Amino acid sequence: MTAIDPTAHLTAEQIEELGRELDAIRDEVIAGRGEKDAAYIRRVISAQRKLELASRGVLLFSIFPPAWLLGTAGLSVAKIIENMEIGHNVLHGQWDWMRDPKIHSTTWEWDHVSPSEQWKHSHNELHHTYTNVIGKDNDLGYGIMRVDEDQKWHPFHLGQPLWNLVNACFFEYGIAAYDLELGKNLHRSRRKDPEFRARARAVGRKIRKQALKDYVVHPLLSGPSFPTTLAATFTANLVRNIWSHSVIMCGHFPEGVQVFERRSIEGETRGQWYLRQMMGSANISGSRAMHFMTGNLSHQIEHHLFPDLPSNRYAEVAVKVRALFEKYELEYVTGPLPKQVFSAWRKVFRLSLPNRKREVTTRDRERELVAA
Amino acid sequence: MVTTPLLPSDYLDLVGPLRAGADLRGRIEAVHPETGDAATVVIRPGRDWRGHTAGQYVRIGVDVDGTRLWRAYSITSPTDRRDGRITITVKAVRDGKVSNHLIRRATPGTLVRLEQPTGDFVLPPSAPAKVLFLTAGSGITPVMGMLRDIDFDDVVMVHCAPKPQDVIFRGELRDLVAVGKLRLTEVHTAADGRLDIARLDELVPDWAERETWACGPAGLLDAAEDHWAGHGVRERLRTERFRPVTAVVGEGGDGVDGGEVTFSTTGRTVAADGTTPLLAVGEEAGVLMPSGCRMGICFGCVTPLRAGAVRDLRTGEITEAEPGVLIQTCVSAAAGPCDIER
Repeated sequence: MTAIDPTAHLTAEQIEELGRELDAIRDEVIAGRGEKDAAYIRRVISAQRKLELASRGVLLFSIFPPAWLLGTAGLSVAKIIENMEIGHNVLHGQWDWMRDPKIHSTTWEWDHVSPSEQWKHSHNELHHTYTNVIGKDNDLGYGIMRVDEDQKWHPFHLGQPLWNLVNACFFEYGIAAYDLELGKNLHRSRRKDPEFRARARAVGRKIRKQALKDYVVHPLLSGPSFPTTLAATFTANLVRNIWSHSVIMCGHFPEGVQVFERRSIEGETRGQWYLRQMMGSANISGSRAMHFMTGNLSHQIEHHLFPDLPSNRYAEVAVKVRALFEKYELEYVTGPLPKQVFSAWRKVFRLSLPNRKREVTTRDRERELVAA
Repeated sequence: MVTTPLLPSDYLDLVGPLRAGADLRGRIEAVHPETGDAATVVIRPGRDWRGHTAGQYVRIGVDVDGTRLWRAYSITSPTDRRDGRITITVKAVRDGKVSNHLIRRATPGTLVRLEQPTGDFVLPPSAPAKVLFLTAGSGITPVMGMLRDIDFDDVVMVHCAPKPQDVIFRGELRDLVAVGKLRLTEVHTAADGRLDIARLDELVPDWAERETWACGPAGLLDAAEDHWAGHGVRERLRTERFRPVTAVVGEGGDGVDGGEVTFSTTGRTVAADGTTPLLAVGEEAGVLMPSGCRMGICFGCVTPLRAGAVRDLRTGEITEAEPGVLIQTCVSAAAGPCDIER
């Protein structure tokens, strides 16, 4: 999509100066991290667990429609908070500085079918390092979609609006398959690789445990409410999946977000890495409740700049980061959730078809530069 | 099955953090000042607390500015305290994060992590007839636990503190002296200088006949060990150290080279010098390191050494990786590249 490089006006020195200013923002937060932040995450974890317990308690009587509604709503919210504000952020190591083994990226396991160990690798190491680099960052369409003109079109992409819808509904399974790199590893030559098989078994165990809890144990505990509780937990998982899928689509797919060529990151400096994160991410605007329910991934730009800062600090960091965007005349991509979701979906539909001729891609531009 | 991926205990902890079966915790109930820079902390331990022997210490994990830090403190309460509470008495260490936090900022109601009491600085099952306690500063704390626990027949204490008002438990010691349960000599080092161990002949003429427990700074304990050994009665002296004895390694270059330290479980590699304990290196790198006394006595920090070599900061001794080799990270530094299983 990058016909014109939106960072072309910056000199190398300016980019490094930008990097130093971002480092200073980070250092300030780290120096001020303390008791209040620790109290925040403990409060969130405690509240989430109480909400989940209460909701599951109510669902024991889910045969009564008001109880079903209340319990399902509560459980959906609890699962969203568990995955977004707690799980995702704990697994990023945002709370490791507390040295509490119960809230630590190396010990945390989340309410999700992808084991946290595998997710941490594909998300923290690959996606966060190679953000939006074509061919390196599989988050760019998760290997099933084309979300930038620079990605090559295959007839398979014709179905991508449907793939995206299915992925949204079963997002946690999509993530698990993605963390396993199923697309690559199901190839006959790799299928028997012992390392892949061990990881696949780990996912299998995790899926069994999750399914047993949500679809067998809790419905059974509900006695006569078995079918309604089953429907309730299924619905809560569905709601959580669609919600997190939507939030995550808004992070990198909306119009205005840049992607990068593999070659462009060779010998990348700290400043250039920061700049790529700034141009490769998009925020969601909204209320405090909105930010909380997205796990503060509404501050996607700030999260990508500083993935390991505590999530409750992104709001204050955003003010300073946005000022830097203005100072360096860069576009801060943000908008309300419906607008960003619409923008991302529109792209999914548009790019299911091959590029129209007159669209110029980064690759074309680079070829022109080389020719010149 | 019901609570996966969490454990039922994660939910029970919300309501009963001190219940039986939970990770051992304690709740701070009160903090009483003792001197200008020492305070006694009253803790209600969790249900699984096994009880201590007088003279033992407890490892306690306190959240300071949101970060959990572990330290060891002697237990100063008697073993048969009716309400089941324990006390530790904490003296402020200069720039000490935990000691200053406990004395000046900890509030009743705060939860702390505890480990079961441990330590072999204790009395034998039947108390000896003649006892000497040789203490200095906060070294009085384990001894106070003993004095409060047992009525001795014949006990003498020589205690060193900078000034009279710095003596922890001063009032209680005076009371014991008043009722004839204790003979006490205070040495005020600010006025009189450090205790010359040879003065014991004059202060406690029969010191060599007494079973002795000594606790205080390394200088005092080293002198005492030499003195007792010199008189051929080393077996009558038991010492407890609060600070590690660090070896002077390779002045001016040799022997202080560190190396790359890999924490293979976490997957982090950092550069370390040859004098920083690996515990501190790991903590700085965000690795979840178990820790305890931070001075090489409690073994709360032991970790497998998978590859490379480390140097014991107390002795300068080099330990090389072999299957099953465990190192104390709090008193070990990198001696070249090494791999720590954390």
